[in-house]
Amino acid sequence: MSGAEFIQISLAPLVIGVLSAIACALPGNFLILRRQALIGDAISHVVLPGIVVGFLVSGAVSTWPMMIGAAGAAIVAVVLIETVRRVGRIESGAAMGVVFTSMFAFGVLLLEQSDTSGVHLDVEHALYGNLESLIWLDGTGWAALLDPAALAGLPAELPRIAFVAAAIALLTLVFWRPLKLSTFDEGYARTVGLPTSLIGFTLVVVAAIAAVAAFDAVGSIIVIAMFICPPAAARLMTDRLERQVLWSVVFAALSAVSGYVLAGYGPLWLGGEHAISAAGMIAVTAGVIMALACLFGPHRKASGQRS
Amino acid sequence: MLETLIEALTFRAGYNAALVAVGTTLLGIAAGSTGTFIFLRRRALISDAVAHATLPGVGLAFIALVALGGDGRNLPALVAGSAVSAWVGLLVVQWITRQTRLAEDAAIGAVLSVFFGLGIVLLTVIQNMSSGRQAGLEDFLLGAPAGMLLQDAIFVAVAGLVVLALVIALRRPMTLVAFDPAFATSVGISVHRTDLVMMALAMAITVVGLKLVGLILIVALLIIPPAAARFWSDKARNVVWIAGVVGGVSGFLGAGLSASAPAIPTGPIIVLVCFCLFAMSMAFAPRRGVIAALARQRQFRQRVRRRQGLLALAREEEILDPATLALLRREGLIRTDGVATDAGRAQAARARRDERRWEVARATHQDEAAVDRHDLLRPIEEVLTRDEIAEIDARLGPPEEAAT
Repeated sequence: MSGAEFIQISLAPLVIGVLSAIACALPGNFLILRRQALIGDAISHVVLPGIVVGFLVSGAVSTWPMMIGAAGAAIVAVVLIETVRRVGRIESGAAMGVVFTSMFAFGVLLLEQSDTSGVHLDVEHALYGNLESLIWLDGTGWAALLDPAALAGLPAELPRIAFVAAAIALLTLVFWRPLKLSTFDEGYARTVGLPTSLIGFTLVVVAAIAAVAAFDAVGSIIVIAMFICPPAAARLMTDRLERQVLWSVVFAALSAVSGYVLAGYGPLWLGGEHAISAAGMIAVTAGVIMALACLFGPHRKASGQRS
Repeated sequence: MLETLIEALTFRAGYNAALVAVGTTLLGIAAGSTGTFIFLRRRALISDAVAHATLPGVGLAFIALVALGGDGRNLPALVAGSAVSAWVGLLVVQWITRQTRLAEDAAIGAVLSVFFGLGIVLLTVIQNMSSGRQAGLEDFLLGAPAGMLLQDAIFVAVAGLVVLALVIALRRPMTLVAFDPAFATSVGISVHRTDLVMMALAMAITVVGLKLVGLILIVALLIIPPAAARFWSDKARNVVWIAGVVGGVSGFLGAGLSASAPAIPTGPIIVLVCFCLFAMSMAFAPRRGVIAALARQRQFRQRVRRRQGLLALAREEEILDPATLALLRREGLIRTDGVATDAGRAQAARARRDERRWEVARATHQDEAAVDRHDLLRPIEEVLTRDEIAEIDARLGPPEEAAT
């Protein structure tokens, strides 16, 4: 494969994949430590009804209404889960299960009922995304990276996810201390005057934004995998939160790159003709990395846990 | 629409619709009662990991069937494949939670996403195989009962009945483990093994339901019915059968609705019917329901207001709270201008006397539970015996209200 072909076909999906993975892995670190890992699962299920409603309201497959719909659905889901948990006095796992399956079912029903034939909007797309189709036709060579006209032809998902990833990284840096404090010792954080429940809610909203932005490009399956696998693997590598976050970013980027490459070229190496799902492969490589961390990670045991 | 619904619900909407309705009803009953134990054990979302972990098994079974020269659409073989990979997924969740410091929710999320990702990879591999173009394995994601054959329906029915029979046979150890694992261990029940049995039953429901409801939504049938049933009873035995009824009704009504109008997918409508039953339970159930709780809260507030109001009357203080004034007025204890009526004065004096009795009781019976239970609202006669009250009254001297 020549340089030009690589830039046209693979550069944009690779960068989008890596940025999506990092955007999800960053909040994932805190969700895992707070035992809220499955919030990511719930959010990525309810994105479907959100985009369907966004589509029905705006009447077109345009990105912003659908993104707003998805973000709105995520917030509705979080509020509903809390309501069912508190008012119904139901354990949070079951409360999540009740809410996200029902909202997902509603999304599928709405999709079937509305006239979306001829429109590229279906459940499969929501699940696996369309990473492979995000090609950059104007990227005819390395020089295109410096050519404003060619850069304007980049897939719109790229600047969007870049912006979201940068914003999440910045938020994580700026609010590092309060986040860390309220994650590890909520009681102490409250006594020193931190608004812990606001921090918790904001974390979930940021996770929802990451999920929605990444979902748009790569589908919900990568979103769940990236919320959980890289941070979980990183947790087994170190006891220090700073290093854990760095490890998780490395693992996320590594899964995205190796998953994409394996999906695109792996079948060719094995003598096949067609590429396989990049989204699925990225989730699988994230799983392999996590499995290795479970087997060999230096800090895989809790103190006192028997081997 | 209504006519066709009634037709569908009375099994007259055609052979296939009747098959689907019988299948989903049985599945719903079995899923609801099985899910109860996992719900009570607070591990509802493990079933989500198990459900998503079926996908690679379906793909591998299909590939194996094609490699052996078959056409790959043999339902029992695909179900067997999905059961194997779901079981592997379950063991991985258990292994991660036992062997590493990661919490169960992280293990669930990891297994769910990675196995599902692998399943999607296999689906794209199958799509690329020459014989796989029409495999229709995507149907397993959301279920597609329309093409169900008689043998598929019999398979679902038999499997559902077997699971139900096992649930009934094993309900005692499973209930014990769900409520009190430590006690279960002390009477010789292996918690680990019982957990695996519970999950194996849930897995059986999942793989049987793949064709009907699909792997993303089957978990709803395991979680929502017990969550709804829990509002109606505190007894595990009742929750099990109520959850079965909720699941069965959802399956039956959902299949009927789906058959009665175009473009209503069966799996999602079953889940939505189930959610409606849940929402109704949460609203209307006696004791645990929201409306009952609100009524209790209102009643409590009124008792507080009445007591505070009566004490204020007794002390001849002015009552400022408008809600208290309205309450006293409504009960004829004060006149519209705020002056106490005869009934009001009598009750106020009694409230005052009880208050002073309590003061004495607290001073003399400091260490007694009965006194601690005093929430300022219950009449003292309900808490202390007549003799105790007489003793207190002797200390207090003659009641004041007798004078007026």
